[in-house]
Amino acid sequence: MSVLQTLVDAVALGMVYALVALGIGLVFGVMRLVNFAHGELITAGAYALMLTNDLPLAVGLAACFGAVVVLALAMELAYRPLRTTTPTTMLVTTFAVSFLLQAVALLAFGARGKNVGVLPELNRAVSIGDLRVRWVTLVSIAVGAVLLGATALILARTDIGLQMRAAAMDARTAQLLGVRASTVIRFAFLLAALVAASATVLLTVQRPLVTPSYGFQLVIPALVGVVVGGMDRLLSATLGGFAIGFAAAVLGDVLPADGRVFLDSALFLLVILVLLVRPGGLFTRSRAAWERV
Amino acid sequence: MRRLAELSGLVAPVLLLALVGLVGSFTSRSVQFQFRFALVMAAIVIALYVFVGNSGVVSFGHVSFVAVGGFAAGLTTVPEALKLSLSPDLFPFIASAEVGNAVSLVLAAGVGGVFALIVGAPLMRLSGLSAGIATFAVLVITNNVLRNWEAIGPGARTLSLVPETSGFLQATVGVIAVAALAFAYQRSRFGRVLRASSDDPAAAQGTGVDIYRQRLLAFTLSGALAGFAGGLLVHLLGSITTQQVYLDLAFLTLAMLVIGGVRSLWGAVVGALLVSGLNSLLLTAERGLSLGVTELTVPTGTRLVTLGVVMALILLFRPRGVTGGRELSLR
Repeated sequence: MSVLQTLVDAVALGMVYALVALGIGLVFGVMRLVNFAHGELITAGAYALMLTNDLPLAVGLAACFGAVVVLALAMELAYRPLRTTTPTTMLVTTFAVSFLLQAVALLAFGARGKNVGVLPELNRAVSIGDLRVRWVTLVSIAVGAVLLGATALILARTDIGLQMRAAAMDARTAQLLGVRASTVIRFAFLLAALVAASATVLLTVQRPLVTPSYGFQLVIPALVGVVVGGMDRLLSATLGGFAIGFAAAVLGDVLPADGRVFLDSALFLLVILVLLVRPGGLFTRSRAAWERV
Repeated sequence: MRRLAELSGLVAPVLLLALVGLVGSFTSRSVQFQFRFALVMAAIVIALYVFVGNSGVVSFGHVSFVAVGGFAAGLTTVPEALKLSLSPDLFPFIASAEVGNAVSLVLAAGVGGVFALIVGAPLMRLSGLSAGIATFAVLVITNNVLRNWEAIGPGARTLSLVPETSGFLQATVGVIAVAALAFAYQRSRFGRVLRASSDDPAAAQGTGVDIYRQRLLAFTLSGALAGFAGGLLVHLLGSITTQQVYLDLAFLTLAMLVIGGVRSLWGAVVGALLVSGLNSLLLTAERGLSLGVTELTVPTGTRLVTLGVVMALILLFRPRGVTGGRELSLR
């Protein structure tokens, strides 16, 4: 396999994790909350797609986006009492919510994987020279770039974006200056939901088998990526998500065949090394030794 | 009199644990296991508390110390022939090692403590979420290595036929010993210094406290206790796989600690017993719970949903835990 092929595959995986990381980063920015249950947004979207398998594509997409947005807004409501608690409690609570939603999915759909048959034609490959690229890879890269660009534009150019950045920088001062915390947080959850729903559609094309832990399995590496990249800024968090996916794919190719079972060890050893050298994040300038949390 | 009042911080959890052990020993055989399991869970949560409660730094990694302790105690108490049939590549010194029950528990504590010291030496320089994610990485690596390196253990296979010595006596005495050590540490100079430095790092450093060393000490001690708890666990279950001591257990024990109240030993004990008790109750209800005249049977799967709802509600509306993070006080 050529180096170029490895790189293309790595970019594709990186893009998926970048989108998950973007959703986590949006909420963390305005609320200082690491939302473990972000993965269940993806799971909910995937089950919505599964339930609408036989209906027209537009209905399926509407169901997916609808389910994810409704669940995200419900989470925002549920998390309100958390705004004043410690980071540890926040972390464990969102984990408990994730656990609960997985249990609900298990009760409703069972442990066996369910097939989602959305946009199967995207799995066909195109050949560019020696390179074989699936359409979904190209679409993922394009959609990822568009969503990242759109989010950046919203943050930079709109009123609500300005308020979000203000709240992320200093929530108290922003509130004193008239930024409504609830509005900003709800908008962040809404944006995160839209990103998560888009990611869901792309993901289910590549991995059509949906289980109750579908989203959870994605959130863990993405979350690690977010912290490694640097939580304090959206760009560094998203880059961190991209980096972990990219590194996982490259390591998978580089490691010798009999060492491949130790892929996770190699990856997470890398994570520890990066954290030790740059505790504030790989893609940030500051080196915060003692953080808030 | 004042000393006596201070000791109530130890007496209350010890009495509660002893009571659970005593009540449990009079129940039917299948229920007995649930009680002993709750006691061992309490030991793991107290071990976690020694680090998280005193330092204020969250750790996902303690279950890796439970894992190495569990496998150390398990591997040293099953016959050599069985070990080699599970894993022919086992290092000779592990294959030939055979010790008694008590020694295996001490060994589990030792392995857990040494592992925590080695891991903590670089990691304790981190704080906040970076520290949390780094300890999470330790958990992933430990599981990955234990699962795939067959020279140090059975790999992905189940290590079975471990002597089931964690009866009521061993489980109760074990968890009380862990609680007593946790209490002794938190009353000691080191425990107080670490607590102060988590309340106000800048002020603590200003008065000459080396936060790194204090954290490393707590991490090592709690690693040793977690390893010991892992030994209790393997001797309770009689078998162990790498998946039993991984993500689920890590999150469950952390949730127990936060639900009880992170900042107190009483909270750790109450949280562990409360969640274990609820879990056992629901487990029995799924099989059919007779409530005097009527029989209550709930459909399979509702256990996890109910457990999730209760945990989420407690965390959302009692964010400092059911004990509020305070020790039970007589005054």
